[in-house]
Amino acid sequence: MSSKHWGSIADEAKKVASGKTTAAAQVKKALTLIANNSEYQAIISTLETRALERAKLLDSLIASGKPAGRLAGVPFIAKDNFLTLGAETTAASNILKGFEAPYQATAIARLEAEGAICVAKANLDAFAHGGSTENSDYFTTKNPHDKTRVAGGSSGGSAASVALGLTPFALGTDTGGSIREPASFCGVVGLKPTYGLVSRSGVIAMASSTDVIGPLTNTAEDAALVLDCMAGKDDLDGTTIDRDPEGYSLQPAEAKPKIGIIKEYMGEGLEPGVRKQIDLAVSNLKKAGAEIVEISIPSLPLALAVYYIVVPAEISSNLSRYDGQRFGFSAKADSLDDTYELTRSQGFGAEAKRRIMIGTYVLSSGYYDAFYKKAQTVRTKLIAEFAEAFTEVDYLVGPVAPEVAFKIGANAGDPLKMYLIDIMTVAINMVGVPAISVPAGVSNGMPVGLQIIAPQKKRSLIITNSKKI
Amino acid sequence: MARLSRLRLTDEEVEKFQSELSAILEYVAHLDAANIDGLDPTYQVTGLTNVTRPDVVIDYGVSQKELLKNVPQTQGDHIKVGRMIT
Repeated sequence: MSSKHWGSIADEAKKVASGKTTAAAQVKKALTLIANNSEYQAIISTLETRALERAKLLDSLIASGKPAGRLAGVPFIAKDNFLTLGAETTAASNILKGFEAPYQATAIARLEAEGAICVAKANLDAFAHGGSTENSDYFTTKNPHDKTRVAGGSSGGSAASVALGLTPFALGTDTGGSIREPASFCGVVGLKPTYGLVSRSGVIAMASSTDVIGPLTNTAEDAALVLDCMAGKDDLDGTTIDRDPEGYSLQPAEAKPKIGIIKEYMGEGLEPGVRKQIDLAVSNLKKAGAEIVEISIPSLPLALAVYYIVVPAEISSNLSRYDGQRFGFSAKADSLDDTYELTRSQGFGAEAKRRIMIGTYVLSSGYYDAFYKKAQTVRTKLIAEFAEAFTEVDYLVGPVAPEVAFKIGANAGDPLKMYLIDIMTVAINMVGVPAISVPAGVSNGMPVGLQIIAPQKKRSLIITNSKKI
Repeated sequence: MARLSRLRLTDEEVEKFQSELSAILEYVAHLDAANIDGLDPTYQVTGLTNVTRPDVVIDYGVSQKELLKNVPQTQGDHIKVGRMIT
């Protein structure tokens, strides 16, 4: 569905660098595709003026024979929680409507330094709180395969954009599955790198110990290239780690990779159609030479509880900055306290309020030890269990979500039911390891994603295996 | 909880959130049974500690004026806020 408009990212860059087409033409093509697909509501705003300016700069650079970068003229879409200098950045929340970013997200700066051009901002669940974009304060993104179904979330707009072929790639963030789940729902590749590999500077914070930036693309090779252009230490983000000196790219597979199917993810709650596709993908891996075993991660059933204590706690802290004093929506009131309360009550949507309150509760005195500290300690257990698993196998696999993209409105009014969809993705964020969702066929016409998980900082591997599915 | 979070809720919202949050907190409470003997909490997964840089001013090319452009109320170079003590 997606590659009908664009070739691989490397091919598209070559077209511009070689003079076969111009960056301006590429940008215009993307903007036209965006305009023609507005019914899917994947996009919040376009950066037409800015993008064409950049394209002009790049085209003159190329004309004068200077190197244009590995992503020369490649248009891309960024989730609207990435700050784009001089352009509106809303996090799909009313509290940031009209907010013009005073600086650039490092991830975007690095991609643009390689010649890529950001052309639009994608829809998301407000502040990335959600798995469907139904929590966006603006609109819900429709699944490109079935308009009555969600595109997933919170990077739903980004995933839908790539599935529709609006641009060769998009940027998303993944705190509990927000790149992998929409990638799975839309039938595209979604990579969540190791925590700390890509700078979070300029990305609106949700949960600081789990937020990760990653690409959504058509192929694993494209994902590796985008990661390679972004990865590495950033002075502006003290939680960034060193990049692999050999960089990130598609690598030939290990001779006989040992792959563990996560037992706890293949249980009762899995939709039969999804199970069928996962089983099929695993048998393909076996045919390609992999050794398949079953692995158990005993603390996995607790991972969702750990997540919904730790993450709201961090959210409540990160969202305290929205007080109407320095930026964003500001309610008029007499006292400072009134301004705080009215600004936040009027500006935030229901899900943000829910998470702030849960977070405040679990961090409050009397409850801190029982909830937050306990959760972070079970986190230690999960980390150890994953490390143990990786001494036995090279990779872990399983589904991304227990079901395919659900109907819009199906989980409305039941936040806990919505949280349960995250059951297969959250543990990976708590532990900080990399994972990728790759298309693994369809169930009743809707895409199914296979999740491949690797140890922290392990390069390529995930990328290589993706090729075999 | 709302007060502590600096949120003002309507009576309707209080009722709705009360039942939703109870359900969620009930779910996460089943963490109680987990055995964590001898384990320390993990607050971050990179293992990095005390990441510092030299105490030198770096020019990021953004002026104070640009950074203040989103402030709802300013007075000169200052951010104007509401009265704290009434």
